[in-house]
Amino acid sequence: MKNNPVARKTSGVSKVLRIALYTVLLAMAFFYLMPLVIMLITSLKDSEEVRNGTLLSLPAYLHFDSWTKAWSGACTGSTCTGISPYFLNSFKIVIPAVAISTLLGAINGYVISLWKFRGSDLFFAALLLGCFIPFQVVLLPMAQTLGWLGIASSTTGLVFVHVVYGVAFTTLFFRNFYQSIPGELVKAARLDGAGFFTIFYRIILPVSTPIIVVTVIWQFTQIWNDFLFGVAFSGFDSQPVTVALNNLVNTSFGGKEYNVDMAAAIIAALPTIVVYVLAGKYFVRGLTAGAVKG
Amino acid sequence: MNTNTANSGSKKTQSGRSARFSLADWMPKIVLAPTMIIAIVCIYGYMIWSAVLSFTNSRMLPSYKFVGWDQYERLFNNDRWMVALTNLGIFGSLFILICLFLGIMLAIFLDQKIRAEGALRTIYLYPMAISFIVTGTAWKWLLNPTNGIQKLMIDMGFENFKFDWLTNPDMVVYCLVIAAVWQASGFVMALFLAGLRGVDGDLIKAAHLDGASTFTTYRRIILPSLKPVFFSALVILSHIAIKSFDLVQALTNGGPGYASDLPANFMYTYTFTRSQIGMGSASAMVMLGCILAILVPYLYSELRGEKNEK
Repeated sequence: MKNNPVARKTSGVSKVLRIALYTVLLAMAFFYLMPLVIMLITSLKDSEEVRNGTLLSLPAYLHFDSWTKAWSGACTGSTCTGISPYFLNSFKIVIPAVAISTLLGAINGYVISLWKFRGSDLFFAALLLGCFIPFQVVLLPMAQTLGWLGIASSTTGLVFVHVVYGVAFTTLFFRNFYQSIPGELVKAARLDGAGFFTIFYRIILPVSTPIIVVTVIWQFTQIWNDFLFGVAFSGFDSQPVTVALNNLVNTSFGGKEYNVDMAAAIIAALPTIVVYVLAGKYFVRGLTAGAVKG
Repeated sequence: MNTNTANSGSKKTQSGRSARFSLADWMPKIVLAPTMIIAIVCIYGYMIWSAVLSFTNSRMLPSYKFVGWDQYERLFNNDRWMVALTNLGIFGSLFILICLFLGIMLAIFLDQKIRAEGALRTIYLYPMAISFIVTGTAWKWLLNPTNGIQKLMIDMGFENFKFDWLTNPDMVVYCLVIAAVWQASGFVMALFLAGLRGVDGDLIKAAHLDGASTFTTYRRIILPSLKPVFFSALVILSHIAIKSFDLVQALTNGGPGYASDLPANFMYTYTFTRSQIGMGSASAMVMLGCILAILVPYLYSELRGEKNEK
């Protein structure tokens, strides 16, 4: 009984605190959402409304013209094809690069964690550095190599580059995942006469689904969003969508069409946003993998 | 190590099939070989190659006439490079501090049994899924003085409102900070939230039973136990800052003039558009040095910690 007034008082304080808490959280949600909402609003205005309205003024009715234009008519430099060919280029780069780097990563991780040999740990440590070097250090030598291989300025070249510098990450993912598989499992299978690939195919792969999903999503996002390799190694016809978007937005001649820019930006962001919305859990797991152990 | 001894043990028992077995012994190495070659050539080989180029007088094409430290001397006498380095200092420290502050705050707040936590988390983190080019494009539109936030505020009645950082050489670097924080702070939140959820519940209960307030519990018990998460976040954020290239390219294109250049943009411009390969390589090596200075101690402690756990 004696405690009651005190309890009521603290609950009053905590109520105020809770309201403050929700206010901050909602304000932050607004901060994160606002740019996307404004992009969307802007892309649905006509150019008159863009020039005379403010960021938050709504369009009188919905114009999808800037979307069509961004997709198939907007000009970057002298060509007016919109960003659709480059959007397809991105897929041509992303799909093989993700598939190859994931496969390589899986088999590397399998070796490094379950078939250790002398030097394999050292190799893994050396490979880790590949996740972190500033790619500026390899840009010029890689440009020369691509020239020698005859795949400069092509989507094939970009696939190659993304596999080369993605495999460190994919190996890290799979290695960390396979670390938890008991070595006895492999030992027992070997005694039963199963070989290297049989064990991988029959025992390891079937339990790997979660880490495959994490790796595929991580690689997809990374490669889709890449700009540095795209701008350094692509030719005119093999530009990925990020490079095309940047060219479109920074084209200086002619009137600026912000609504078209915004539509193009949303189109370029759409694939990764869709993946994030559908498989956010795995995306987060990829982000935090390596950073938070266990 | 353990598997190694197992290998030699089984070899003895099944020495009859030695030919097949030696193939099986070699298989892991054969499989790992492509990645090994990639790592040796495309990571370490190229690193050395760039280092070599940075000591030559290469301009439009690589040449192998050595000039000692000349390129580094020219680099640090180059005004544009010094601007880029200063920008990295300002941008990097503000970006890291604000991201850490916001991220930790949001993680703790979300940890208070919040309704719709999942939805909020999704909203905070989605910018991380987007390309920096898209982020740059969006913020370029928001921050431009003629149509953006400045105009919005003036139209709302704040007639003297001024927000022209994007076109102001002294302030433009803060525009980079705003956009980069918008993109990456949710990531810090996710890291810390995962860390918070991993803290031993009994520890917290014990603290509460001892009469510690929620605030004290966080300050004295929970946050100190998240020190590893803190260091991971610190390393990842500084890594993002040093490598930042796309954001500058899309948001300011280095401008006005070269007021918002970062080292990565300097390197790209000098190597690929200004035909100064030697100096460009020197700047890349400086960037590598910065990253290694942060990374080597971190990886060393991580790997050592892992060994101790075993």
